[in-house]
Amino acid sequence: MLNPDVVGRTFVGAKEFIVSQESITAFALAIGEPNISVAPPTYSISISLAESQSLLQESGLDWTRVVHGDQRFEIHRPIVAGDKIICSSTIESVRVLAGNEIATVRSDLHAGDVLLASSWSTLVVRA
Amino acid sequence: MVNAGGARMSFDVGQELAPQIFSINRAKLVAYANASGDQNPIHQNEDFAKSVGLENVIAHGMFTMALAGRYVSDVAKGSEKVREFSARFTKPVVVPADTEVELVISAKVSSVEAGLVKIDITALCNEVKVLGMAKATFSV
Repeated sequence: MLNPDVVGRTFVGAKEFIVSQESITAFALAIGEPNISVAPPTYSISISLAESQSLLQESGLDWTRVVHGDQRFEIHRPIVAGDKIICSSTIESVRVLAGNEIATVRSDLHAGDVLLASSWSTLVVRA
Repeated sequence: MVNAGGARMSFDVGQELAPQIFSINRAKLVAYANASGDQNPIHQNEDFAKSVGLENVIAHGMFTMALAGRYVSDVAKGSEKVREFSARFTKPVVVPADTEVELVISAKVSSVEAGLVKIDITALCNEVKVLGMAKATFSV
């Protein structure tokens, strides 16, 4: 079970992600997107999901039983090569439905003072 | 109706947008795993997937969503125009070995306002909806 004390707290990632052109190109190629001048709209998941995983694991959640329930992105400015991104994660809610624990994690991706994107992942821990 | 800078791009509420078909196979799941960092073996290893009760290897929900995002980028005429994008992962996309699985994405315009177009997206695999409540907003 998740420690309820973590709900509502924001954890600022210690690691700065420097976005490489190679990583944008690889992501675009994997989905058949010809435009590699900006990152595809779901690219940020490659940063945010790893951060959410480490946060939730540290908070007591069994990642091996996690299923992705839903996902939402709000994009303020596309990610481009050279962006130096800090990801902060907030566990917005935890509830139990039919014995399954359901956590919603918001990830805010900043480059300096600029909020590039926010995303929300709903993660279901199968009972 | 919105016309962007004289370009032939206009959207009307209720307009059906032409479907696109995306082909998914095991090699593409490996490429997506490498690009996204999600190396969960249920997306690559058949024995592992079956050991946890799945029918077979399944696509990453985020890969299916990324392909729908590619569709949105095409409709919007550029990834940089996409402002909001959301979906529920309602059914898994099962990807057997040596098989091309077809994902059919289409959409309908739900709103056109203040330079922003909202669409409702349908993603079908073997005629089953694999994304629920899939929506996107893009600028024109």
